[in-house]
Amino acid sequence: MAPVDATLLLATDRLTALFHRHAAVKEVSLLFPSNTVTAIIGPSGCGKSTLLRCLNRMHELSDGAWVTGKVLLEGVDIYGGEVDAVQVRRRVGMVFQRPTPFPTMSIFDNVAAGLRVDGRLPTSQVATAVERALQQAALWDEVKDRLHTSAVALSGGQQQRLCIARAVAPQPDVLLLDEPTASLDPAGTQRIEELCHELKRRYTIVIVTHNMQQAARVSDYTAFLYLGQLIEAGRTRDLFTKPRLEQTEAYLTGRFG
Amino acid sequence: MTVRALRRRAVSALMTGLVAGLCLLAVLPLLFILGDLVAKGASSIDWHFFTRSPAPAGESGGGVANAIAGTGVIVGLAGLIGLPVGIGAGIFLAEYGAGRLGFFVRFVADVMNGTPSIVVGIFAWTFIVKPVGHFSALAGAVALAVLMVPMIARTSEEMVRLVPHSLREAALALGYPRWRTSLRVVVRSALSGIVTGSLVAIARVAGETAPLLFTALGNLNFTTDVSQPMQTLSLQIYVYATGPFDEWHRLAWAAALVLMGLVLVLALFARWVTRERYGAR
Amino acid sequence: MTSATTESVAPPAPASLRRRNRGDPLYRGVVTALALALPLLLLVLVAELAVNARPAMRRFGWGFLTSSTWDPVAEVYGAAPMIFGTLVSSLLALVIAVPLALGVAIFLTEFAPRWTRKPVAFLVELLAAVPSVVYGLWGIFVLIPFLRTYAVPPLKAALGWTPLFQGVFYGNSMLAGGIILAIMIVPYIAAVSREVILAVPASQREAALGLGATRWEAVWSAVLPYGRPGIIGAVMLGLGRALGETMAVTMVIGNRHDIGLSVLQPGYTMAAAIANEFSEATTDLYLSALFEVGLILFVITVAVNALARLLVWRVARGAAIGSKAL
Repeated sequence: MAPVDATLLLATDRLTALFHRHAAVKEVSLLFPSNTVTAIIGPSGCGKSTLLRCLNRMHELSDGAWVTGKVLLEGVDIYGGEVDAVQVRRRVGMVFQRPTPFPTMSIFDNVAAGLRVDGRLPTSQVATAVERALQQAALWDEVKDRLHTSAVALSGGQQQRLCIARAVAPQPDVLLLDEPTASLDPAGTQRIEELCHELKRRYTIVIVTHNMQQAARVSDYTAFLYLGQLIEAGRTRDLFTKPRLEQTEAYLTGRFG
Repeated sequence: MTVRALRRRAVSALMTGLVAGLCLLAVLPLLFILGDLVAKGASSIDWHFFTRSPAPAGESGGGVANAIAGTGVIVGLAGLIGLPVGIGAGIFLAEYGAGRLGFFVRFVADVMNGTPSIVVGIFAWTFIVKPVGHFSALAGAVALAVLMVPMIARTSEEMVRLVPHSLREAALALGYPRWRTSLRVVVRSALSGIVTGSLVAIARVAGETAPLLFTALGNLNFTTDVSQPMQTLSLQIYVYATGPFDEWHRLAWAAALVLMGLVLVLALFARWVTRERYGAR
Repeated sequence: MTSATTESVAPPAPASLRRRNRGDPLYRGVVTALALALPLLLLVLVAELAVNARPAMRRFGWGFLTSSTWDPVAEVYGAAPMIFGTLVSSLLALVIAVPLALGVAIFLTEFAPRWTRKPVAFLVELLAAVPSVVYGLWGIFVLIPFLRTYAVPPLKAALGWTPLFQGVFYGNSMLAGGIILAIMIVPYIAAVSREVILAVPASQREAALGLGATRWEAVWSAVLPYGRPGIIGAVMLGLGRALGETMAVTMVIGNRHDIGLSVLQPGYTMAAAIANEFSEATTDLYLSALFEVGLILFVITVAVNALARLLVWRVARGAAIGSKAL
């Protein structure tokens, strides 16, 4: 496990996520160190996306979904009674499997969408923030001349980077990526992976992937989930080269999943 | 090929021809009606027709300026009342309508959609004309609004439902509160569909006559005062068509051509709004 | 006591994470209130009809439904002729409209060349967009003269011996009303039937074709039987429309309080009676009788519509089929 230190931002404590009476994630305790990339891997249906969706309280939006246990953001349980899920999501950004640009908005407005939720930022600062976000998402050079055209006209890979820009524009603490390259071609995938290395300087990143090579390439820490349970977690290098458990090794070598 | 197989093929061909013929027969009246409207109405349409109010009974010359203005005022007012309620109800059905209340409201909307418009006219009469003591354009607008609301509620609901779930999630993940997600992203994405549905509803009520008979009543003079009786194209057509004078009949055809044109323009515009966004679909 | 912060005690949520979202309950409240306007309107509508119909109900009881006397001077009212006329004109309309509408629906879903489907469907939809009063105008000045000159003489020659086609044809008649209604309800029946037929799983059709059926046989023996409840529902939706249709019928049906078998004779419908007499009703009882007519009309159309929807739902469960057309 990653060492607990003062920079710890995000952690789960015996987190169980349920749909009605079925537990999709069971008693998972994980630490996500600041400014690192943590990959969650496992066969499909193992609960990795559900776990991710618990980290910004998106899980509870599904029918009959609820959780027990804790998710700690800077030591505060985000499922605590006083906490507003909407505020949590502003500090924990998310990017989905398929690009989801808002079709009625321009590129600029898409990126500015999260900034304008409060409506407090002056216009000049919005423009600065949008440019910064687009540069962080390595999209600025491609779109700077057509900021006010529709976002739907972009390619799939560009759309996904737009979504990353949109997620980082409000400067969240954590960025959750739910199989962000699942619908992209190899070139698009590579750009997103490169981005992960750039972005972890500013954000704490959690990425769900079914692609083990991707996890090995982008992450500092890896957690292996199977049937909703955390099997093994640790430094990616260690986990991939000398897994402690046979089950992990079996999965990594492609014997199941 | 056996005789039996030949016969089966012949029957198939015959029945294909039959349904094609029936289809043609069903569309034929529309072509006749449109043709008659142009043939009998177009020649009466001139500048005076749009700028003058009706001449006294039996005299020639007048126009239907009062009725055109009245249609605009009454339908516009009906839209002002009916659109917010209908769209709001549609949003409710799409966003919060999964439970029993949603089912109930949906059922009520369907029942109201099937309610004869004349009955809605009675409702507006009892609700407004009777307490106030006289006929008014406002009462007519309320009757038309009541007709619009369930139509708009159901089409708006459908349009909002068509918006992909992923968009809603993307907005929520960005820290949008639910209401903002609904308005800024979901309803905004469904807007062209909602506009289309609203235009269709407006076109539908613009041609309504029955609910106006004892609410807006009709008025030979030009007025825009909604507390007074007011003429509409549909009422004018009714009065002129059932009246005794040839001059009236002539104007009835011309007014019908104008009304039909108005309804057609709205219907085509509604299609155009949708086409704009979904292109090849 | 000093409170040594331990690992197990989570710090209180900072202000930035606290609940401050007032918009959601407000938004939900507003749209819920707007949605509740619908049941409220319906409730008020029914209540008004019922309350205002009370005096007539008390006075005439069930006899209101069976009596043929409608005499404002003597203050005696019976709605039997209008109820009869409403039902007969609507049934007549169905007899004419159902084959046409099914022809449209079957042709457009199964046989029409692909490029003709959209334009033809649009034309049929336009039939629904023509205002009722325009149908009435066309009925008076085009349809009735046509019937008088070309249609009725051969009809009388062929079928004049039946009670259905007896008497002199003056123009305004059940026949004219029925035909106008038929033209008006074709688009509704066609649109809903079309959606019902489209909702029949392709496997039904393919199974029949796979067994060597011709295209017509596949439609007749597989598609239509599967969609039957929905098509019956579509027909009943059309019936609901016809029952409540007012202006066009009022303008061509003749408006006479009479029960006659001949479709060449004038008749009356409930909607037409309200349209004609409501603003002339001088006494409270007269008005109340018209309210009762309205109530009866409302109850019948609601019952027919509700039944129709149940039938359509059976074929295409949950889908909002026909809501666009209706």
